[in-house]
Amino acid sequence: MAPTRREFLKIAGVSAIGLVLPPLPGLSAAKGDLKAQAGLNEKAHGAPLTAGRWAMVVDARKCRPGCTDCITACHLEHNVPDFGNPKDDVHWIGLEKIKHIFPAEAHPRLPESITKLPVPVLCNHCENPPCVRVCPTQATFKRADGIVMMDYHRCIGCRFCMAACPYGSRSMNYRDPRPFIRKINPAFPIRTKGVVEKCNFCEERLAQGILPACVIACKDKALAFGDLEDPRSDVRLILDKGLSLRRRPELGTGPQVYYIL
Amino acid sequence: MKERQSMKLYNRGMIIAGIVVFLIVATFPFWSGRGKVVPPPDLKLDTPAIQRLKEKLCVEPAPYMRANHMKLLAVWRDDVVREGKRTYTAADGRVHNISLTGTCLECHSNKKQFCDRCHDYSGAKPACWSCHIIPEEVR
Repeated sequence: MAPTRREFLKIAGVSAIGLVLPPLPGLSAAKGDLKAQAGLNEKAHGAPLTAGRWAMVVDARKCRPGCTDCITACHLEHNVPDFGNPKDDVHWIGLEKIKHIFPAEAHPRLPESITKLPVPVLCNHCENPPCVRVCPTQATFKRADGIVMMDYHRCIGCRFCMAACPYGSRSMNYRDPRPFIRKINPAFPIRTKGVVEKCNFCEERLAQGILPACVIACKDKALAFGDLEDPRSDVRLILDKGLSLRRRPELGTGPQVYYIL
Repeated sequence: MKERQSMKLYNRGMIIAGIVVFLIVATFPFWSGRGKVVPPPDLKLDTPAIQRLKEKLCVEPAPYMRANHMKLLAVWRDDVVREGKRTYTAADGRVHNISLTGTCLECHSNKKQFCDRCHDYSGAKPACWSCHIIPEEVR
């Protein structure tokens, strides 16, 4: 017998409530058990952060003079050695003056507040990375989400990438870095003598759902990180407001670190 | 016909003695080790983390791991670094985080007894530890 109009409305109403209610606790617990049985190491790990195109915006106006919080945080996180001399210097992020990173924009009439500004510099994770083109072993490669990665297992230390990078973002370990790491972070590997290293946009933190170490460390919120393809991401909200610069765009590398000065 | 000259070996004593010494030295490893049996190392599996396990299971069954751990680790390396894939689903369905320091050495915290003994015995020199951290050395 076909249901009457009244019966049909009753069933429809009850079904609608079922859709709105949160899933039954018993069911979700069963799911959790399954995960625990599977032996997944549940140490930290939120959902991984993913993006169509990762990018960073550096608002250098917010940088405090003398502050090195981003550098300290990054270098502790990634076991970056401190050799104590500029010749062997290894860095993932550093501070530079405007005239060095924006040579075309610098001129003698710039105010001191601009010329003295310490500007954070790091790997630009280029759209068209020259380092990737020249690497003979494909030790450096570009991921689908735009991160230019280093596979230290494959690096043969030829330094073609260092010659190709117009931003000086890459450093060579001319010596064994192990004795020069102040405090080893066991969660991240170190490097060996004869490999080139650089910023990885904290790819290992993104996989655990955490923003990059430098972004978290900056108390002045000078660094913003997010997905360029998401119109509501931190980086897009800032970039949409006004003029931003990229380092040496005329070279065609398509850098993805944007500067506001 | 010219009379055939007998060949003369100058410094005969020194040369023959030299050849004999060379042969003894060159073959030394073969005859000195003859008949001797070097017992294969017995691996220590009694770390605290392993004792806490209800079922003493490695990522994959032990015979497979013994024979193929290096291949598995190479796959893990490429999965994480190149594919961004950070979990490994074993044949029996258990899911593991891919991490040499975090997953392997979490249980096998005795790297000297577990890894090094066998590698020394078989003359394998893996370069893992020039970069990957051994937790017991850092603590």
